[in-house]
Amino acid sequence: MAKQSEIRYLTPVSVDIKKKKYCRFQKNGIKYIDYKDPEFLKKFLNEQGKILPRRITGTSLKFQRRIAQAVKRARHIALLPYVTDLMK
Amino acid sequence: MNNYETVFILTPVLSDSQMKEAVEKFKTLLTDQGAEIVNEESWGLRKLAYPIDKKSTGFYIFLEYKAEPSTIDRLEVNFRRDERVIRFLTIRQDKFMLEYAEKRRRNKGAKKESAPVKEAEEVKSENKED
Repeated sequence: MAKQSEIRYLTPVSVDIKKKKYCRFQKNGIKYIDYKDPEFLKKFLNEQGKILPRRITGTSLKFQRRIAQAVKRARHIALLPYVTDLMK
Repeated sequence: MNNYETVFILTPVLSDSQMKEAVEKFKTLLTDQGAEIVNEESWGLRKLAYPIDKKSTGFYIFLEYKAEPSTIDRLEVNFRRDERVIRFLTIRQDKFMLEYAEKRRRNKGAKKESAPVKEAEEVKSENKED
């Protein structure tokens, strides 16, 4: 008789290997984030035009601050909206 | 002398010549005070991301220049007084920005004859991704 604790699966269990997040700016050696390029900045915004947190994008703190700065500048000169629905 | 860059938006109600005249006014204002204009770009009539003064479009003008800090005060006072300017943003370029601005100008200069501004911007964002 097989032991109860020994659980056998018909299909191999897919173990999610978490992909390590990285800071794309440090990886690519980008030093300055341009506020004049709204299409690029949109990658760091959600549907409502809010800035995505670092825990989602994986950006380092240093560049998160620079993104925030760039997004705020872009909003001021109406390249990005302050509030919106369905931006993408 | 510091390096600065300014983006300002003019109202869309102006005619082409009126717009050029307004740009010229601010450029002469800068040069009169000993500023040296490095780069000038007109992004043309663009849609605003949100309405400003009940207007949904505007002429975007981008200037890069070397100037004394006191010049900026005078420039901004004039921006505020001028009804044609609906929004402006002046930033001092730090060393990273300066590096980027030079690269941007070079890219633009190379593209100038063949492609319009829009395409140059797309190329630039592609460069950033890879």
